[in-house]
Amino acid sequence: MFQESLLLPKPPMRVSLFIPCFIDSLYPNVGMSMVRILERLGHSVDVPEGQTCCGQPPFNSGYWDEARSVATNQLKAFKDADVIVSGSGSCGAMMKVFYPELFHGHEQEAEAKNLAAKTWEFSEFLVNKLGVKDVGARFEGRATFHDGCHGLRELGTKLPPRELLSHVKGLELVEMTEAETCCGFGGTFAVKYPQISTAMAEVKCNSICETKADYVISNDSSCLMQIGGWLNRNVGTVKCLHLAEVLVQQ
Amino acid sequence: MSSFTSPARNQFQEDADRTTSDAPRRTAVRNALQNYQSARDRTGATFTDWKAARSAASTIKHEAVNHLDQYLEEFERKFTARGGKVFWASNSQQARDYIIQLAKAKNVRAIVKSKAMTGEEIHLNDALVAEGFGVVESDLGEFIQQLKGEAPYHFVFPCMHLRRDEISDLFHKELGTAKTNSPEELTMIARRVLRRTYVEADMGISGANFIVADTGMISITENEGNARLTVGVPKIHVALVGIEKVVPRLGDLALLLPMLATAGTGQHLTGYNSMYGGPRQPGENDGPDEFHVVLLDNHRTRLLADPEQRDALHCIRCGACLNVCPIFKNIGGHTYGTTYQGPIGSVITPHFRGLQDWKHLSGASSLCGACTETCPVGIDIHHHLLHNRRNAAAEKPAPGESLLWKAFTFLMRRPALYRLATRFAPLGSLLHPLVEGTALDPMIAWTSTRDFPAAAPSSFRSQFQKHQAQKSGGSK
Amino acid sequence: MTPSTGDREAVLGRIREALRVPAPLKHPAERSAGGEPTTAHFREWLPPVGPSLDERFALFSRLCETLKSELVVCADMDAAAAHLTTLATEGGWKTLGLHRGSLTSALESRLPAALTRLFVDEGYDKDALEASDAGLTECELLVAQTGSVCVTGPSSGGRVLSVLPPHHIVIARRSQILTDLTEAYATLAAKYRDDYPSMISFITGPSRTGDIERILVLGAHGPKRLTILLLP
Repeated sequence: MFQESLLLPKPPMRVSLFIPCFIDSLYPNVGMSMVRILERLGHSVDVPEGQTCCGQPPFNSGYWDEARSVATNQLKAFKDADVIVSGSGSCGAMMKVFYPELFHGHEQEAEAKNLAAKTWEFSEFLVNKLGVKDVGARFEGRATFHDGCHGLRELGTKLPPRELLSHVKGLELVEMTEAETCCGFGGTFAVKYPQISTAMAEVKCNSICETKADYVISNDSSCLMQIGGWLNRNVGTVKCLHLAEVLVQQ
Repeated sequence: MSSFTSPARNQFQEDADRTTSDAPRRTAVRNALQNYQSARDRTGATFTDWKAARSAASTIKHEAVNHLDQYLEEFERKFTARGGKVFWASNSQQARDYIIQLAKAKNVRAIVKSKAMTGEEIHLNDALVAEGFGVVESDLGEFIQQLKGEAPYHFVFPCMHLRRDEISDLFHKELGTAKTNSPEELTMIARRVLRRTYVEADMGISGANFIVADTGMISITENEGNARLTVGVPKIHVALVGIEKVVPRLGDLALLLPMLATAGTGQHLTGYNSMYGGPRQPGENDGPDEFHVVLLDNHRTRLLADPEQRDALHCIRCGACLNVCPIFKNIGGHTYGTTYQGPIGSVITPHFRGLQDWKHLSGASSLCGACTETCPVGIDIHHHLLHNRRNAAAEKPAPGESLLWKAFTFLMRRPALYRLATRFAPLGSLLHPLVEGTALDPMIAWTSTRDFPAAAPSSFRSQFQKHQAQKSGGSK
Repeated sequence: MTPSTGDREAVLGRIREALRVPAPLKHPAERSAGGEPTTAHFREWLPPVGPSLDERFALFSRLCETLKSELVVCADMDAAAAHLTTLATEGGWKTLGLHRGSLTSALESRLPAALTRLFVDEGYDKDALEASDAGLTECELLVAQTGSVCVTGPSSGGRVLSVLPPHHIVIARRSQILTDLTEAYATLAAKYRDDYPSMISFITGPSRTGDIERILVLGAHGPKRLTILLLP
């Protein structure tokens, strides 16, 4: 089966990864899994040196001048990229959806729109751009999927992760009732309103636990930091995995 | 930081601390809204094309709001031609004064009200009671909240936070009725108490869901029939309506009424949708002798003047954004401290009551977008929360936060420095000294309820470099 | 004292000033060219009904069940009168509020003499109407798409008869079932032109509330029961 997906539906591509800060230092395995999956599919992967942050933290806090300044660096870093793939729906949405608004009426508006057009969240890149639903993965266990809100509602990636997971051999996917409910991370919201953020995490995690899943999978590591943070403190048995960490397993 | 917070914000944080700790109440609210969600999904699914219907509804409201002067004048012309009176109020004071003067001039003693959030907005009941009028809220939920001396918890479901035993105790205490655990019996108690008020009241006060320009009518949506009675039995009817409620044509309601019902309660159509185009007309056997419509601005024109957020005036007050909002479900309606709760309230309140005092409501959102997704008239609700944050920071940057983002930007503009820095520590701990011990210190806020992941022994970058080196090594 | 229209010019002035900058239309309707009313296309998006009277009846009937309205198909006026008499007997009615009309009068003439009639056409005593056991009305039309009964002052005995008594009886003909609200408004517009009644109300099921724990209770303020007697 794996051999089949090596029969590439598309010519090999040069994929530029955007690795946000939290994946770089907290979840490097997520980034490496993406690299391995894309390389197995026959594509070359680079990680442009000049990249830092997409600028979402100041953007969401209302400091748009600062956000634009950070984002300008990002425009420069990915100037030569053919396609940009992000392992976080949230950072992906920042670049794809919010850059055009952030740069509206500014000098780099065209550049921002250009970057937005070539930015993809990991799962939608595999399914919608590469046309790959089966990456030949095998992973034993019962899991539930958490939709990151930015991926779900800004980018519309409800189906791609599920299509990919449905082809993972050995994996039993159970939907939770609160699949589309926000985990309560929300960037700086999580620390500005910790009581609300934590209450939201509790609702989310209770719904995860109701499924009796061993794993909660998401296409957004920032959500998993919140969900994992609450689960580790209060439950301790359910393990968080990024979609790429599951798809890389053979 | 203290000078950059407001009394409203402090109250919000305190109330949120309390309400998020009340697990049983949170569960009850969530369960109540679970029923709503399934009804809404069921009814929404019967639409041939909900999305197209939503775009059409949005277009109708866009047309109305962007020609507001013309449509309001058309309404006024048609309505007054049929004997109605229109009063334009710039603010709450003018609206209250007009209604009080009218009531005095007509020797009114008892007033029955049907649900009107505009009434809450201008604190009409308090003003009327202070003038010695008897005022009774007739909507069951509003009646319960009035007895309890509490503002509505949700602008469509006013007492959804109360359990039946609490309502039973309230009725027992205030009305002297026997305790009961049956919602049906509790409803019948209210029915018995309220029926006499319709007959005895000299004036009925209502809100309106829509102002119809081309026929000079207002439209009222309800389920109980209390509004039908409030504006049918007493001899004077006063409707207090926000200026943004206008729609161009009566026929537009053929779309908007089913959408309001579907989004608001999951019904195909609510129990009573009634259009009123004047007082009792020649040849009619009943209806009020006088019908006054008070058109309320009260800072709506401030929101109108912001083209970016003008679509917030498209709101038909269905409450759907509250019903799906994880913030609302966890902090409850009273924590907002506003007339209009939930996501739409967080968008519009800063325009009505001051950005700096109410910007915290826009901050208290994870920006999940469930509100925008569910809105039947396509308002960009959660993006407007972002716009409020931007406007607040531009108008008056908070010194500590401003410094933090400047430092953040300094670092992020320098990739080499960023790489150097992240090689040694996760970014959070790098910026941490800047805010350590201050109100902005994120680690305390995070780790008091959640674990923070340990930094990986080796960063992605170094792993990737190794991986690249191995590959090029292997290919030699 | 403010002029009788209040702060009219100030409010309109602020509106005009605010509207000098146009706002983008973020969700344009799929069919609405150059300010043309979108009304004509509502039917394409709302719940489907079906073109024939039988389909309209079937949907109306199904919705009545969901709404807990009692739809009684009557072979003729005698059958309607028999059903109403049963309701009156079972409910121990003393007084029936009603208005004069071709259907209501024909029905009324077939009802037992012992049932007191309270006609509202020339005005009525509010207390007496409040104390009556049921209200009998005709209607303007029925709406299949929503299961609604449309009443107006002229068609249904005024504003109050259809909502104050605890049981509302509607007598209507099957042919009065229209497709949807668009057709309903068009029919009313054709009938009344610019001289609409002071009230138009779409009644959808008996009075209801979910205010206590979102649990449905019928008969909050208006009628606890809604019975529709449908003639051929």
